[in-house]
Amino acid sequence: MALLNFEKKYRVRGGTLIGGDLFDFWVGPFYVGFFGVTSVLFAVLGTALIMWGAAIGPTWNPWTISIAPPDLKYGLALAPMREGGIWQIVTLCAIGAFVSWALREVEICRKLGMGYHVPIAFGFAIFAYVTLVVIRPFLLGAWGHGFPYGIISHLDWVSNVGYQYIHFHYNPAHMLAITFFFTTALALALHGALVLSATNPAPGETVKTPDHENTFFRDTIGYSIGTLGIHRLGLFLALNAVFWSAVCIVISGPFWTRGWPEWWNWWLDLPIWAL
Amino acid sequence: MTRANRLPFALAAGIVATLFLGACERPPTQSKQIGYRGVGMEQVINPRTAAKTIAAVKIPDVIPAADPGGPKASTIYKNVKVLGDLTENEFNRTMAAITEWVSPEQGCAYCHNVENMADDNVYTKVVARRMFQMTRHINETWKSHVGETGVTCYTCHAGKPVPENIWFQSKDKASKSIMAGYRGGSQNNANKSVGSTAMTADPFSDLLGGGKNEIRVQATKALPGTHNVSIQDTEKTYALMIHMSEGLGVNCTFCHNSRSFGNWTSSTPQRTSAWHGIRMVRDVNSAFLTPLQSAYPATRLGPHGDAPKAFCSTCHQGLAKPLNGAQMLKSYLELNKTALK
Repeated sequence: MALLNFEKKYRVRGGTLIGGDLFDFWVGPFYVGFFGVTSVLFAVLGTALIMWGAAIGPTWNPWTISIAPPDLKYGLALAPMREGGIWQIVTLCAIGAFVSWALREVEICRKLGMGYHVPIAFGFAIFAYVTLVVIRPFLLGAWGHGFPYGIISHLDWVSNVGYQYIHFHYNPAHMLAITFFFTTALALALHGALVLSATNPAPGETVKTPDHENTFFRDTIGYSIGTLGIHRLGLFLALNAVFWSAVCIVISGPFWTRGWPEWWNWWLDLPIWAL
Repeated sequence: MTRANRLPFALAAGIVATLFLGACERPPTQSKQIGYRGVGMEQVINPRTAAKTIAAVKIPDVIPAADPGGPKASTIYKNVKVLGDLTENEFNRTMAAITEWVSPEQGCAYCHNVENMADDNVYTKVVARRMFQMTRHINETWKSHVGETGVTCYTCHAGKPVPENIWFQSKDKASKSIMAGYRGGSQNNANKSVGSTAMTADPFSDLLGGGKNEIRVQATKALPGTHNVSIQDTEKTYALMIHMSEGLGVNCTFCHNSRSFGNWTSSTPQRTSAWHGIRMVRDVNSAFLTPLQSAYPATRLGPHGDAPKAFCSTCHQGLAKPLNGAQMLKSYLELNKTALK
């Protein structure tokens, strides 16, 4: 693969966390590193196990292949491979691959002298996944509470688990998470529209600078967060969306077993209402 | 921000966190798998919360069986219209039982003019007579729902003259607003009988009142225009289903696989029982409870002047099996005699 002319200056030696110089090399455009090797190993093993699970399962239809967690009766123990053991090892491989990838990002950050914003942000996504398949099952006392790995089957899980709490839209953390997701989309849309219109001026006009972008929002809504601020805001909104998603599912079950609507009775029961 | 003006924020955050966490429960929980692994068909309960519901169930001691033989009650007492062919001893035992089940504090005088026990001028006596007929009707006709466990007066009354959970037609508040603050159609009132949701407080008049209104709102075809159901009707169904869940202390997956609520093959066997239960409640409301309207004094009627009616929680009271499955009817077979009507 051809090397782009500016890539050389990014190929900085050192900054590794483990392995010293041993894995400090590139394959084509890709940095390897110790964690690149472990990422690949976990990903290949996990994918192979999913293929095996599909092979002993009832279908090769990609929509309906499902690698299901064990029955609840196995609790927090290991299950036989064909009865959820595959799910357990695939889960282990997935966490191994995700965490390896985050640490590889850390090494790249160190090479480039950057802050750790990217691995930290990815860490929130890993945290959400670990909440679903490790923390919540652990709190509920069985690996069987994890979600199945299948395109349709994981949706069935989401639907049924939601309806276990009667009406999931009343889950306070779910409310926060949804609001953050929508706000992330809104902020991204406003940001993208501004950048597109600034860089695609009408015929005969010049490309607008960040100063002009600021004046646009200052003039229309009275406030401009600024060119750097919009990215901080975006990160804040996106990370909160993921974080509160993790909270909303971990409280469903371990910390609340009834309908979410009636959780709000604490509000109705406050002694401030004149009857 | 200085340290001094940070304090109120810290306090406010502390109060909010305490309220939020205080409203929650704590692990460990218990869960039961009711479907194939991994699809989330399960019941999760908090054993400490559940223990309170079960502890609230008090089953009265069985009154010793009446001595056999003796004259019929109808030959001894006047104006016995329903229980006339019990023996005198059986009849008195039944009266003792209903007193303990329905009016333990008020005693016989709750239904009877003690000067003249045959007097029908006490409204509660007229209602009680009809309730005997209703109890027998349920035990005879609705085995599909009540099984051999059946029902007695105590199933609903549980020691109270008026059962704890009953419903009336809801009084729609006039709503000036069409958006925030909307109160039309009994919306947005956090009504307990529909699980404290903002949905209509009265899905019952339409769906359990006695008619045959369709509860199912899901389309069976993907194409639009083949199945038009309003948001209001959809919420009515959801509100009724929430009432059923809360009334039984279970969640939606007790009966349904939510990937397709209407599909019988992926539903649990409990849904069949619930289906019969809906028909039973409609029958009981239309044949027994609604017609009693003229017998009640105004204080017993709802805001629209309708009679008190039954829904799922009237018997279930938060348990999948009313009274946690206690077999009371077996000891009071006079409530189960199919020959007597």
